[in-house]
Amino acid sequence: MNLLAEILIATLLVLGGLFTLVGSWGLAKLPSLMTRLHGPTKATTLGVGACLIASMIYFPVFGGTYSTHELLITLFLFLTAPVSANMIAKAHIHRQGRGIDSNPSDGIIDGLPRPPNNSDWATFVGAGPVRSEEEG
Amino acid sequence: MIRRILPHPALSAMLVVVWMLLVNELTFGALFLALVFGILTPLITSRFWPDRPKVRFGPAMIGYFSIVLFDVIVANFQVAWLILSRRNRDLRAQWLVIPLELRSPEAITALAGTISLTPGTVSCDISACGRALLVHAIDAADPEAEIARIKSRYEARLLKVFA
Repeated sequence: MNLLAEILIATLLVLGGLFTLVGSWGLAKLPSLMTRLHGPTKATTLGVGACLIASMIYFPVFGGTYSTHELLITLFLFLTAPVSANMIAKAHIHRQGRGIDSNPSDGIIDGLPRPPNNSDWATFVGAGPVRSEEEG
Repeated sequence: MIRRILPHPALSAMLVVVWMLLVNELTFGALFLALVFGILTPLITSRFWPDRPKVRFGPAMIGYFSIVLFDVIVANFQVAWLILSRRNRDLRAQWLVIPLELRSPEAITALAGTISLTPGTVSCDISACGRALLVHAIDAADPEAEIARIKSRYEARLLKVFA
């Protein structure tokens, strides 16, 4: 039983470490901000997930205690990762579109697709409220 | 009557569960405090969600979460393989515009979060009219097929969850 748990924990830790490593390698290797954003946001999901599952197996089997904090870490990560990715992407689009960033990338300046109905992306519209005609 | 004490039962239940997980032990004191927070917080914050959508907690939601979990795992391997094996100039990075049928802000937020969590796509912005999402895909050979996949796989299911 203990041996089985050890094998399982070791496998999960190695898997988690590998995914985190690949995510970081992607961050270093990929060519532009938008493509780089894909690397680390993914490492959080499976890399951290595997480490947390390993921790959830380790403590009941070897420590004699149980811990539910891993579930919460997963929950908080899944809530925060998309928000931070979204903020970084928006700042990037804004800086590129307004020409603040002197280093063009991701084809934003000359090729960002337009939304339908003559609308524009919310980043460019300004501080006004986001409207939706059918709502309310 | 029950509606006045518990205007938002799902939020109350979630607060109780998260509080108990944080405390990490099942004692009467902790449960009591969790219930106090679970009942008081929705009452105090009710002005922040004036017309919240109805959420169906049922098979539709369970199905949605399991399909997202499955996709996250599969796509993690795909993106890891992409990073390791593909040369940068062979990456077919694309901007996708996803027309939305979802209307409530909560549902659109859920969809955007799902798109960001599943590797290979990051949702970046919403159109000012709230009718389209701007998504960046790291490697999309066929943008139309990718848009159709996101719409049929996630949005169609979310439409059933947020009825």
